[in-house]
Amino acid sequence: MKLKLYVADRQIVRPGDTLAVIEEDGNQGFKRIPEKHIYLVDNNIYSDVFGVASVSENDISVIPFNSVYYPRKEDVVIGIIEGIGVTSWEVNIRSPYKAYLNASDAIENFNPLYHDLKSYLDIGEMVLAKIVAFDRTRDPLLTIKGKGLGKIIEGIIIEVKPSRIPRIIGKKGSMFNLLTSKTNCEMTVAQNGFVWAKCPDEYRGEVLTQAIKLIDEKPHVRGLTEEIKQFLEKKLGG
Amino acid sequence: MSESRPRLIREDGLRVDGRKPEDLRPIRMEVEVLKNANGSALVEYGGTKVIAAVYGPRETPKAVQLPDRAVLRVRYHMAPFSTSEHKSPAPTRREIELSKVIREALEAVVFTDQFPRASIDVFIEVLQADGGTRTAGLTAASLALADAGIPMRDLVAGVAVGKVDGVIVLDINELEDEYGEADMPLGYAAGIGEIVLLQLNGVLTPEEFKKAVELGKRGAERIYAQMKETLHKKYLAVLES
Repeated sequence: MKLKLYVADRQIVRPGDTLAVIEEDGNQGFKRIPEKHIYLVDNNIYSDVFGVASVSENDISVIPFNSVYYPRKEDVVIGIIEGIGVTSWEVNIRSPYKAYLNASDAIENFNPLYHDLKSYLDIGEMVLAKIVAFDRTRDPLLTIKGKGLGKIIEGIIIEVKPSRIPRIIGKKGSMFNLLTSKTNCEMTVAQNGFVWAKCPDEYRGEVLTQAIKLIDEKPHVRGLTEEIKQFLEKKLGG
Repeated sequence: MSESRPRLIREDGLRVDGRKPEDLRPIRMEVEVLKNANGSALVEYGGTKVIAAVYGPRETPKAVQLPDRAVLRVRYHMAPFSTSEHKSPAPTRREIELSKVIREALEAVVFTDQFPRASIDVFIEVLQADGGTRTAGLTAASLALADAGIPMRDLVAGVAVGKVDGVIVLDINELEDEYGEADMPLGYAAGIGEIVLLQLNGVLTPEEFKKAVELGKRGAERIYAQMKETLHKKYLAVLES
């Protein structure tokens, strides 16, 4: 796909802005690509959201400034138990859809006659879980089977906007590595906008929280990684 | 015509507030004015002041869900203190109608099919009314939706065109609305060139109507440009800080 670009990389775009024109024969008609936040009319590519353009060689997409978490299969999320049914828990994963966690997934040889779900996971408790199934017609289904998944019993949870998650991880994990190596915290990033950290002491936890809040506030600044590095070094020493 | 009716076009051809027929009132816009909403905007058209808040897409009760797309729920409401005489806070017939037409205007641009079974809630609160509240409300709602990161085809700008003392004028105020011959609110998605809201109260000849639509489109384009500028500036400040 050959593109004639109208925007530069990291330029601010708004809904309806023309991003590029496909220089090829063949009319595309109307087409929408929700993951990239673009839509095509004839051979023009438009943004459907308020965000920054991300331009690479033969591809263009928009990263929204603000968005709710939209579940995807295989995503690791942190959920808060919101309701207890007979055979499953209702879990809030900060998305427009309520997620479900089956009891048989958490309890071996589950039998609703013997097992009281409340004694395993109570309302308000948090779990690190993976989405095993989700589509337009059914609510997300979670699993806590897997390495590192399960009930969260220690550490701190930092809440950020879901659209900030790629920035907290950084290009090839650069920001993530910086944060963990400087603070010595063990960090798990959930796609729905939660960061779970286990730190050696309280002060390091506080510094990490401040650093993540800094990313949350201004994620699109150039040289943010350097700024965060300086911030961490100032607070924790080289 | 009664004696008390004011002259809406002065002898020098200007309007009651000194504007030319094709002039807009001073317009001010601001986004992200509320902390708790996913997106919000404040829009002022002269003396008209409207705030809009957007929540969602979020979970919604089974009874209102749609299987293939999100429901867009819009509430247009005038604050009791927005008019010179106290307005009852209960929704009037007029407010219910305006909620509907604004909802339909927004449904034309929002990609609701991306969020089946969810709801997107838009609250439009008129803080001060001086004519053109529905169009200012539409502009504010569109900005708030963009601020909330909701995917849509284009932004929508609202503007009212009117006929006062036989002259087609842009962006009418309360006085011109009350004593004018016609009032035509218009919602225009300038990027894709689609009219998404069009109402007409009063009488226009076919020629006047065509002229009014053209004038409205041109006015809406100016507002549309300012909307884009407002969104751009907001993050420019963040990027440069």
